[in-house]
Amino acid sequence: MEETSLQKDSVEHSAATPTRREVYEAEVRRRSNRIALISVVSVTLAIFVLVPLAPGWEAVQRSFFNGRVFAETFPGLLEAFLMNVMIFAWSAPLIAITGLVIALCRDTRAPALFPLRLFGIAYTDIFRGLPVVLVIYIIGFGVPGLGLPRPWNSPYIWGTLALVLVYSAYVAEVIRSGIDSIHQSQRSAAASLGLSDQDTMRYVVLPQAIRNVVPANMNLFIALQKDVALLSFIGPVEIFRQAGVYKSLYANFTPYVGAALIFLALTIPATRYADYLMNKQNRART
Amino acid sequence: MTAKLSLRMVRKRFDDHEVCKGIDLDVAEGEMVCLIGASGSGKSTLLRCMNLLEPIDDGEIWLDGKDISEPGLDPQPVRQQIGIVFQSYNLFPHMTAAENVMLAPRRVHGLSREDLRPKVTQLFTRFGLGDRMEHYPDQLSGGQQQRVAIIRALAMEPQIMLFDEITSALDPELVGEVLDVLRDLRKQGMTMVLATHEMGFARELANKVCFLDAGRILEQGPPEVLFSQPREPRTKAFLSRVL
Repeated sequence: MEETSLQKDSVEHSAATPTRREVYEAEVRRRSNRIALISVVSVTLAIFVLVPLAPGWEAVQRSFFNGRVFAETFPGLLEAFLMNVMIFAWSAPLIAITGLVIALCRDTRAPALFPLRLFGIAYTDIFRGLPVVLVIYIIGFGVPGLGLPRPWNSPYIWGTLALVLVYSAYVAEVIRSGIDSIHQSQRSAAASLGLSDQDTMRYVVLPQAIRNVVPANMNLFIALQKDVALLSFIGPVEIFRQAGVYKSLYANFTPYVGAALIFLALTIPATRYADYLMNKQNRART
Repeated sequence: MTAKLSLRMVRKRFDDHEVCKGIDLDVAEGEMVCLIGASGSGKSTLLRCMNLLEPIDDGEIWLDGKDISEPGLDPQPVRQQIGIVFQSYNLFPHMTAAENVMLAPRRVHGLSREDLRPKVTQLFTRFGLGDRMEHYPDQLSGGQQQRVAIIRALAMEPQIMLFDEITSALDPELVGEVLDVLRDLRKQGMTMVLATHEMGFARELANKVCFLDAGRILEQGPPEVLFSQPREPRTKAFLSRVL
């Protein structure tokens, strides 16, 4: 953006006669654009021509890209996706709060609080070291197996707990890296004013640390949105499970493709936004 | 004469590098003391020891006849009485200038923003920043940031102010506005200790100048004596390089 405005400016200055350098750069730009266009077109053509030539293409097209099945199942999939969004919506704040608490546990210095610190370390080590799906199985099947009365045997509760346990461990580590990234001189300045350690953390370190790790945490929450689908293994009929139901009903895999498109419609903009935030932050630092 | 602040044989080491090798220093009430010397001579560390940001390894520091260097002593009340301003300002970047200044009085003295507003406004106005209170640090020039840092320390109403090369990171044309603040404080009778490279300023205002070399005060005296008739060859060499 700055470049174009700069160019406009210089064009105005040179009163319509471009300099040698501008002529050269315009030529280089045109050439690069031409090459990029040709390259994209030929690769796309190759895919569209070559893939259908594969011996199994017709079968794949029938079972994965079936327009009729797609049209009939897509609304149902969208509806089921609301369940994913809901599970995400109540998990995300719980994860953020738990992650912050665990990060603070790991950062305690007082000897009396040493058990907290140990707990924080064990927590992050254990839950970052386990596959999400395994935690969901163990908690989702294990806890209701205790024979709890309704509603305490709900897979929603225990599935959510499993997600919170795993993801808060990652969030805690990210927040902790944010805390570590705050320069010692900020703590010195706070201490020199007579602020207590708690106030220094609360008013000086944490606000800056959390701001620094927003993009990194956004990436975690994008991953969470995808992993909500894993809860389908213990019961909730969310989009992945709904797609499975349709697959059996229609004897066709197209619903999975539909589900994939729905995920991408949400995760790609979110990822782009996280990248944008991350880049903005990197630029601000330099 | 009993000194406001007294250092007795203060020693400080980082790992196996001894930065302060037994420093004796007296600062009387209302006095301005300048520490001069090359980078790495121990000036900054000595200042950080004075308000207990760094624990000393040996020796004693007395404030108003009380030993504040006793191991295990709560450093917070001491730090409230001894303010420090750093070379790199160290303002809190996520707060406005006014919030930077009010944070410590609010949390430590339990005052409300409303209580503090008149006093803080008066401080900002006094140092020419009346229209900059709601600005964030990155919207201020280096000189303005450093003045906010001074106001932040003053808002705790300390009895002694320490200044750690506060003009070293500034563009030359901004140094003057910060030195003016120090002149103002000097006039008000604030007790001050400065680590500085501003020799002209030290000569103009200091009661006492101490030349630090390799962790020791090699020579000290009134500026007119130390600058014009230094005794030690190393002091002479240093002064001839910087004057």
